[in-house]
Amino acid sequence: MKTEDEKLAARSRRAFLTMGVAGLAGFAGWSWLRSRPLDQGLPGPLRSVLGLNERLARGYFSDDHRMPEFALRAVNSDTRVNGDIGLGSDFDPATWKLEVQNGKTPQLQISLSEIQQLPRIEQITELNCIEGWTEVVHWTGVRFRDFTARYDPAFSATGAQYVRLDTPDEEYFVGLDAASALHPQTLLCFEMNGKPLTLAHGAPLRLVIPVKYGVKNLKRIGRITYTTDRPDDYWANQGYDWYAGL
Amino acid sequence: MPAEEKHSLAIRWFHWLNFPLLFIMIWSGMLIYWANDVYRLGWGETTLIHFFPDWLNVRLNLPQRLAEGMSIHFVFMWLFAVNGLVYVMYLAISGEWRHVVPGRHSIRDAVLVTLHDLHLRKELPPQGKYNGGQKIAYTSIVLIGIGSLITGAAIYKPAQLSWLTKMLGGYPMARWEHFWLMMAVLGFFAVHIVQVLRAGWDNFRSMVAGYSLVAPEKSANPPREERA
Ligand code: HEM
Repeated sequence: MKTEDEKLAARSRRAFLTMGVAGLAGFAGWSWLRSRPLDQGLPGPLRSVLGLNERLARGYFSDDHRMPEFALRAVNSDTRVNGDIGLGSDFDPATWKLEVQNGKTPQLQISLSEIQQLPRIEQITELNCIEGWTEVVHWTGVRFRDFTARYDPAFSATGAQYVRLDTPDEEYFVGLDAASALHPQTLLCFEMNGKPLTLAHGAPLRLVIPVKYGVKNLKRIGRITYTTDRPDDYWANQGYDWYAGL
Repeated sequence: MPAEEKHSLAIRWFHWLNFPLLFIMIWSGMLIYWANDVYRLGWGETTLIHFFPDWLNVRLNLPQRLAEGMSIHFVFMWLFAVNGLVYVMYLAISGEWRHVVPGRHSIRDAVLVTLHDLHLRKELPPQGKYNGGQKIAYTSIVLIGIGSLITGAAIYKPAQLSWLTKMLGGYPMARWEHFWLMMAVLGFFAVHIVQVLRAGWDNFRSMVAGYSLVAPEKSANPPREERA
């Protein structure tokens, strides 16, 4: 017969052993996770869970879910210039034309004045940098959905469709799901804070997509491609979430 | 001395799962925060402490790991949330919430316990499983955890959950709240560890093995809640 004390000692030993084994198992799991082959800069399982997060977010996404819009006085007119990838000096805005590939008609070449004939939209929204800072900016442009209705009328938000945007030198590129691209707050902009865009801010035409992090708001658009393949994305290739949706 | 059952097996699992999960959430959160480390203690031009000091960033190897931090944060958030929510549901259903949620006497008890801990008062007030101070601390940390989930959701999906972000005062404010809730967790942790060290081996073992050999004051002096 064991004494009461011996039983307790055995119970304690078992409990600490269980905790030790659980701790080692947890540590092994963590090491396993961290050593998985990389999928675009991230261990595969992490990339997969980000994919699940994306599916959830896309299931809940709606045109009615909007980023807040602000009054003019909330605007910081000294808007920060952040990032110049794809904005090389070898560029002439005067001869620029936007290329559009929709896979059906031959590649289109569209001038800024043609784009400006679409309904003009003013919008004061926050730009949410993936780093965590925000700035309220006053944008003027046209809705991406109006643009799409004009230049690729068959393109619809079935969920299987995507848009890719490239800078003219193809140094910077972003991929977007159709629903986010066609969201009513997604604009092609040519003015910022009441003045024509500067080159540093993406003249002659840039994307403003408040339902995504700033990294998706590509400046100096060279080409827009409508596609059924999920496009590559500059930052997703470096370990960031492809979807990056807010 | 007869052994008393102190912590149920479920509580012990929740507690020890929470520890590494919360650690991973805080660490990956700091990897993210580094990219825009704007918070500080101070006023005007005067900064007492900037979070986090450069030496600490370097020491903890935080710089330039934003993408990694985000991926870990947005994966482990599920595990952290599920463990925490199941813990809260367990407390609610098992009735064990009664040990943790402060009652009428908790504030006064907490003051008396603090005075006792600071050696300003000799006796401890009568108590159940936890004294008033512990109840307030443990309930606060649960609320802080829930608050972290809510403010986190508000800055993770400020467009899809714009009503929530708005309710919390907008995106920059919600981010500020998320940060300071994390700091509150660190504050809780510091006090918690000191108290666990002070309480000694039997108390620590009770969180691992479940039983305690030190008779709580309960037997000699039933807690007010039970007498009432
Ligand atoms: C090394 C780390 C930790 C140790 C050694 C530790 C130890 C303990 C011990 C011994 C108890 C029982 C106290 C008593 O019976 O009087 C306890 C309870 C508790 N601890 Fe910790 N703890 C740790 C980390 C944490 C963390 C990170 C949190 C959450 C932020 C936490 C939250 C709690 C809560 C909420 C309880 C009450 C549980 C209940 O009865 O439902 N602990 N801890």
